[in-house]
Amino acid sequence: MKKIAIWIASTVTVVVLLFGYHTSTNKTSALGSTTDQSPGTTVGQSGQSSSTPSSAPSTSPPKTGTGGSKSYTGDVAQTERGPVQVKITVKHKKITGVSILQVPSEDPMDVRINDYAVPILIKETISAQSAQIDMVSGATVTGGGYLESLQSALDRAGI
Amino acid sequence: MTAAADPGTVAVHRRVEMIMGMPISLAVRRTDGVRAGLDAAWAEVVADLREIDRIFSTYRNDSIISRLGRGEIVLDQCPPEVGEVFGIGAEANRRSGGSFSIMLPTDDGPRLDPTGVVKGWAVERVSQLLTELDDVDFCLSAGGDMVCHTATEQSPPWRIGIEDPRDPTKIIAVVPVSCGAVATSGASRRGEHIVDARTGRPPTGIASVTVIADSLTRADVDATAAYALGCDAVDWLARQSGLLALVVEPDGHCITVDNRTGTPKIIGRP
Repeated sequence: MKKIAIWIASTVTVVVLLFGYHTSTNKTSALGSTTDQSPGTTVGQSGQSSSTPSSAPSTSPPKTGTGGSKSYTGDVAQTERGPVQVKITVKHKKITGVSILQVPSEDPMDVRINDYAVPILIKETISAQSAQIDMVSGATVTGGGYLESLQSALDRAGI
Repeated sequence: MTAAADPGTVAVHRRVEMIMGMPISLAVRRTDGVRAGLDAAWAEVVADLREIDRIFSTYRNDSIISRLGRGEIVLDQCPPEVGEVFGIGAEANRRSGGSFSIMLPTDDGPRLDPTGVVKGWAVERVSQLLTELDDVDFCLSAGGDMVCHTATEQSPPWRIGIEDPRDPTKIIAVVPVSCGAVATSGASRRGEHIVDARTGRPPTGIASVTVIADSLTRADVDATAAYALGCDAVDWLARQSGLLALVVEPDGHCITVDNRTGTPKIIGRP
């Protein structure tokens, strides 16, 4: 996971490590116990990268809702598209909901017009070989449909 | 598109591996014609995807996501990737009006299942390993959701075949993609999860939606959200800036939404 940890740092402007998620009442719970991570991974360490906002973490005490639900709010984090904050609802310790509180801006990202082109419709639908395609996007490519799928024929042909 | 070599003359090298319960397919063209280094890069891609699966698999009782969902650990103890996926999922839920969710309704109440987000997010992550290789054009697909990349202006675009939802042995359209992501949503793949949130039943008037965008997580969410909206998919897609989409109706009729520039063009609707 080292590579992925490095990517996290390098892409931090996109989705920042928002989760200065502090459960102030859970200090005696699983925190501090081993998290059963396999050796060699970087998970479970003092979780925040150095690039998270430096403000002191806000400890938002859990709010108790009706029916024994509690919700926890993560820190507000600044991302490339604005502030993002997530709320997690927990009932009897199980996560029952994840929702967004503060929403990044909806400014569309520029698409270079040559990045991709309008689909070319096939008048009489034809085989993959005739269409000279490289990859298939569709519903049956995954799971049980794979072996009979066009994608599997492509994969076999190229190995 | 810039003029480019006939795609048929450029050698494509392929790999495929079953990970996260789905076929991960790779197609690679070295622009300098040399194929050294592919095996090492692929091994790294596979290893990283398996690590992601160990964190996020809902089929493994001991995965981090399973333990988090049961309340055995809290988010503080999870690797930062988990929080990132949660943020993507929560935002997707909001943008899709509830069609896309990382909480699945079950008879025992809502269950945490970020699989829909993780697939596209994971492919985007590991694609960076391949983007870092010099002079490599690649297309990396996880069960039909894919990232495409070309390294030079001279590289021909990848030709992505869209499956005919009426007959999966046939292709109904071809999308040329130089740099971008493609995701398709339709009945036979995740039908049991996709309902029109307004009716609680599967959507009508639509057989599949393919979205092409800069980001695979974006394409995934938009394809799922659009499909769930059925007859209203085209209008909804026309309001999402920065994408191309192909909507296939049950009779095979195709409607294209070209919203790459923010001024949508709809092709094929009478």
